[in-house]
Amino acid sequence: MNEFFEMGGYGNFIWSSYGLSAGVLIFLVIISVRQLRQVERDLAPLEETRRSFRKRPVKEGATS
Amino acid sequence: MAIDLHKYANPTRFLRIANAIFPWSIVTTVVLLATGLYLGLFVSPADYQQGETVRIMFVHVPAAWMAMSVYSMMAVSSAAGLIWKHPVADLSAKAAAPIGACFTFLALVTGSLWGQPMWGAYWVWDARLTSMLILLFLYLGYMAVWGSFEDQSKAAKAAAILVLIGAINIPIIKFSVDWWNTLHQPASVATMDGPKIHSSILTPLLIMGLGYTSLFVTIFIIRVRTEILGRRLRMLRVNQLQE
Repeated sequence: MNEFFEMGGYGNFIWSSYGLSAGVLIFLVIISVRQLRQVERDLAPLEETRRSFRKRPVKEGATS
Repeated sequence: MAIDLHKYANPTRFLRIANAIFPWSIVTTVVLLATGLYLGLFVSPADYQQGETVRIMFVHVPAAWMAMSVYSMMAVSSAAGLIWKHPVADLSAKAAAPIGACFTFLALVTGSLWGQPMWGAYWVWDARLTSMLILLFLYLGYMAVWGSFEDQSKAAKAAAILVLIGAINIPIIKFSVDWWNTLHQPASVATMDGPKIHSSILTPLLIMGLGYTSLFVTIFIIRVRTEILGRRLRMLRVNQLQE
């Protein structure tokens, strides 16, 4: 198992490549999801007031 | 009101399709990356010249492929945005840019970590490396242009022009290894005579490439959704101020 992590002496280079790739991509997924949640949170009250202005009740999904 | 509905008809359809693809793209990404990593780290052999460092290729080459294909996709959709004023086109390019920038950054950094043990240097001012660094600056410049305009339609136009001018860099990156003497090895997968890599290494590489593509689709859907809702948010806020 130790041999696997050493990677013929190049372990440092190989594992930092994999680690950085995973780190950057996971970070990108997390901030993308957080930005989406933020926009959805900001939009919700505005959509609500917009809907309440209308006289007829609007079916789900018909406005967006 | 009629104009408003017309304007949002397209993004709505786009989001409906994107939402249908989304769960599948997550599953595909996880399966492909898990398979690719398993094959790349445990099954594929060490290279006879490069030893174990060849495994860096499985994260380096797919990142570089994505860096170039995401930029190309941004150029196409920016052109569509300029020509047909398609409402989703500019937002697609905008949503893709940070993903492409991350892939470019990773291609440069993993290349550097591969260069040190094999070439004896983290960085050389070589045609392939330099043109890749320019690509990173193009991505960052594109994102900066979007951030520097108050008027989003002006920002979209300026950013689209930047992307289209910068598109000249894509063939330069691709052919840099043929046009100039370089330390970087020439094309080994997409060549006229077919791949020059043995299947034991080629298979994990292609699976990782598909995994990265699928990951791009997943993140792209999240980000386009954010952009479309963000535009709607700005519009509703303006409407609210007017009332």
